[in-house]
Amino acid sequence: MPVSPVAPPARMGERAASVYLYAEQVFGVCAAEVQKLTHDPFELFTRAVQPVIWLLLFGEAMARVRGLASGGMSYIDFISAGILTQSVLFVAIFYGIAAIWERDLGILHRYLVSPAPRSALVIGKALSAGIRGLSQAVVVYVLAGMLAVAISLRPLHLVLMVVFIIAGAALFATFSLIVACIVKTRERFMGIGQVVTMPLFFASNAIYPLTIMPAWLRAVARLNPLTYEVDAVRALMLRGGASSYGIGTDFSVLAAVFAVLVAIAARLYGRMGS
Amino acid sequence: MSEIPARLSEIPARLSEIPARLSEINVAGPRGAELFPMDAGRTPEAVEPPIIEVRALTRRFGGFVAVDRVSFSVGRGEVFGLIGANGAGKSTIVRMLTTLLPVSAGGATVAGYDLVRQPGEVRKHIGYVPQLMSADGDLTARENLLLSARLYGIPLREVRARIGDALASMELAPFADRLVKGFSGGMIRRLEIAQGLLHRPAILFLDEPTVGLDPAARHAVLDRLAALGRETRTTILVTSHYMEEIDALCERIGVLRQGALVAVGTPGALKARVGPAATLDDVFTALAGEEAGPGEEEAFRDARLARRAARSHG
Repeated sequence: MPVSPVAPPARMGERAASVYLYAEQVFGVCAAEVQKLTHDPFELFTRAVQPVIWLLLFGEAMARVRGLASGGMSYIDFISAGILTQSVLFVAIFYGIAAIWERDLGILHRYLVSPAPRSALVIGKALSAGIRGLSQAVVVYVLAGMLAVAISLRPLHLVLMVVFIIAGAALFATFSLIVACIVKTRERFMGIGQVVTMPLFFASNAIYPLTIMPAWLRAVARLNPLTYEVDAVRALMLRGGASSYGIGTDFSVLAAVFAVLVAIAARLYGRMGS
Repeated sequence: MSEIPARLSEIPARLSEIPARLSEINVAGPRGAELFPMDAGRTPEAVEPPIIEVRALTRRFGGFVAVDRVSFSVGRGEVFGLIGANGAGKSTIVRMLTTLLPVSAGGATVAGYDLVRQPGEVRKHIGYVPQLMSADGDLTARENLLLSARLYGIPLREVRARIGDALASMELAPFADRLVKGFSGGMIRRLEIAQGLLHRPAILFLDEPTVGLDPAARHAVLDRLAALGRETRTTILVTSHYMEEIDALCERIGVLRQGALVAVGTPGALKARVGPAATLDDVFTALAGEEAGPGEEEAFRDARLARRAARSHG
């Protein structure tokens, strides 16, 4: 019998060793995705175009409509947080395409024959979506700064912002992976992606406050995880920004939804190879 | 219009009866046993428990039986080949033994673990080189190996040395930091073998490892595999369409026909059975028979996979 490749180091307890191995597997999957980005960052630049268009064209025009601003903040301040969240969502929501692509090529099989738990694979992929999301955030921050948005640069706010961007991107990337596991082809995924993304975006507080929505839409928006993501991002991005639900509540909602999605995705991802 | 699908759907049902009857002949009929003994030329060192023991392994896709009660065993360190026409069930068996595809009935012990109840343990001890690509073209060779090292939890202090060794043994060291999408088909295959071996598995599964490669690349891959068999005691289970490869590489061969295993033996024993001066091609023609008939999705899937693998590696 060859020496077991995952023999724990002698000093560590077995539990600590398995937690360490799990972390290493998550990190390995995520690191590979980031390495791909460093080899070919072109995609990051093309992705950056979308927030620019939304902020410069849509944001600047809508800023002239009175009555949209919420809680005394200017509309361009209000929407820059929404656009930041949106660009993170759009990066994440097409993540399932990559999974389908890997399945078609055969790369998926290398993951599935490895002893890595399926949840570690799913979380690794999801976190790498978070890294992409961060690059989008940098673009929006720079752009918003140029538009004289009252950006908060307090270190605590920035650190929490990183946490929320990664959490939000990971959540929607995992959702996307679930859709990919179900539909299995790129064509069907593209169709579903459009159908899902727009309602998620419009039934949230991203580009207008919940207060102007009809009651039924407001109820839908309250169930939309994106609303909690926007709420936290808005509070953390802007000087004097305040959260409607509380940052803690926002994070709890996102974490709980993420945990459920990972559990579902792990089951489906394992079967994607057959 | 309504008659045709009805008739088509009958075909797989009838086809699946044939291997069932063939395998009955093998076991029960004295004449059949003479023709296709199930364990001809079995290596004498079988005292050690087999590293792979497949017991009545079966896989159905809907009503179609892709793998029909296949049983065989492979000894530690042995190089075992599976041959058969498109759709005969080679890849399906490999995908089940590597835990990728659930088993419909029967079972197997792989590297000492039960395939159905302990898939996680099985995965730790096997390496797999699939027919399609398993190296990521958007990463360098080294990064691909690093990903494998992390997925398998290879101890940190050993990672560098193991990756260096793997690159050297597959003759890829000069290209370690180049993106794999610039590699030739043979180089990609050798990298995939390096990936499959990095965690020093007890068993390496290879599904059509040379499909789509030019003769020089094919020789390089086979050369590396033969060296692996000599230098380590890694058990190898390989499928192929190229009889001369199987003949050169394998100590024992299993012949599949429409999902059933119709013969197992050394290349010499199988050839002697078919006739004097027979080649393994003759064995294939005599035992594996014609390609699967119409209406069998597995055959289509196999053909499509082979074409795609050929395109991506060629």
